[in-house]
Amino acid sequence: MSDASLNTSTQTPPYEAQFGDYFALLKPRVMTLVVFTAFVGLYAAPVATNPIIGFVAILFIAVGGGASGALNMWWDSDIDRIMKRTQKRPIPAGKVTEGEAFAIGIALSGFAVVMLSLATNLLAGALLAFTIFFYVVIYSMWLKRWTPQNIVIGGAAGAFPPMIGWAAATGSISVESVLMFTLIFMWTPPHFWALALFMKGDYHEAGIPMLTVTHGRRATRVHIIVYTVLLAALAVGTGFTGVGGPLYLAVAVVLNALFVKGSIDIWRRDEAIAEADGYAVEKKFFKLSLLYLFAHFGAIAFEAALMPFGLGGW
Amino acid sequence: MALSRQHDMHKRRFSRNLGLGVVLAGFVVLVFLLTVAKVTDDGFEMQSQQTQEGN
Repeated sequence: MSDASLNTSTQTPPYEAQFGDYFALLKPRVMTLVVFTAFVGLYAAPVATNPIIGFVAILFIAVGGGASGALNMWWDSDIDRIMKRTQKRPIPAGKVTEGEAFAIGIALSGFAVVMLSLATNLLAGALLAFTIFFYVVIYSMWLKRWTPQNIVIGGAAGAFPPMIGWAAATGSISVESVLMFTLIFMWTPPHFWALALFMKGDYHEAGIPMLTVTHGRRATRVHIIVYTVLLAALAVGTGFTGVGGPLYLAVAVVLNALFVKGSIDIWRRDEAIAEADGYAVEKKFFKLSLLYLFAHFGAIAFEAALMPFGLGGW
Repeated sequence: MALSRQHDMHKRRFSRNLGLGVVLAGFVVLVFLLTVAKVTDDGFEMQSQQTQEGN
């Protein structure tokens, strides 16, 4: 760097990316879901884990998830500039370069996988590595711009954290951890399709083949109700397994009744009615979907917390 | 112009330098705590004894 390039007294200094800009690459809001579900997977496992090892495991699952978010922002920076929802992300906002995002994503991915493997076991590390690969390569690079089933298959990436948490504690994969995976996997499509309904035009302008773009909004409403009914059967059924219990079952019955009702409300509407009230029902369903997932996993954690007192589970 | 101690660039980069410093210090503490947790773990003690008996 020359002296001349440092003498900026007469010019506006170039924007220096701040720590928060780099942190934003890790998609902190998505990370809260990763942290919470990974924690529940680890906590609900029938093996006592040292609290420090448990904390380190959750931290590096979160770092791995964040790293995949940075790599996703690197790859999708072109469409992020087009979509209103993503225009404020660090790369389209001009705060961080694509190269920086790529470097941070790759470095943190390797770091998180190695640290998780060392702190817990190789299976947990391998599952984290596969999750990052799945989200970045399978979902972001391949499915997202190719098929309207992008969110259905790609949803698997967000479903892995409880399975990794469980594997970190037990060193294995079991029916319970697969059920937690499936719960998030089945929840993802209706959650994102509701978002696609009221973020009208965003995906179309960016050329992303979301269901709303390729099959129309009517078909998307039908898909939401079908997936929600299947999800409800799975979520209530999970209540009778090793991670379920009376409390979980009560939460599941109430929330799934509300969720199915919400999907019926969405299915019964047409675009004219939805536009007239500013997509109020679709937005309400989307907010409910967030509560839905946190409440289900919260109930699983609560059942596990009651176990030492002989109260949790069946 | 020489790079002074209080160049404007230092002020602009203060936030990320501080953030990185805190993260690195946190990582050192984390590795220390992880090491303590690992060496006081029952499994680790059993492995150590087995190694000694094997010798």
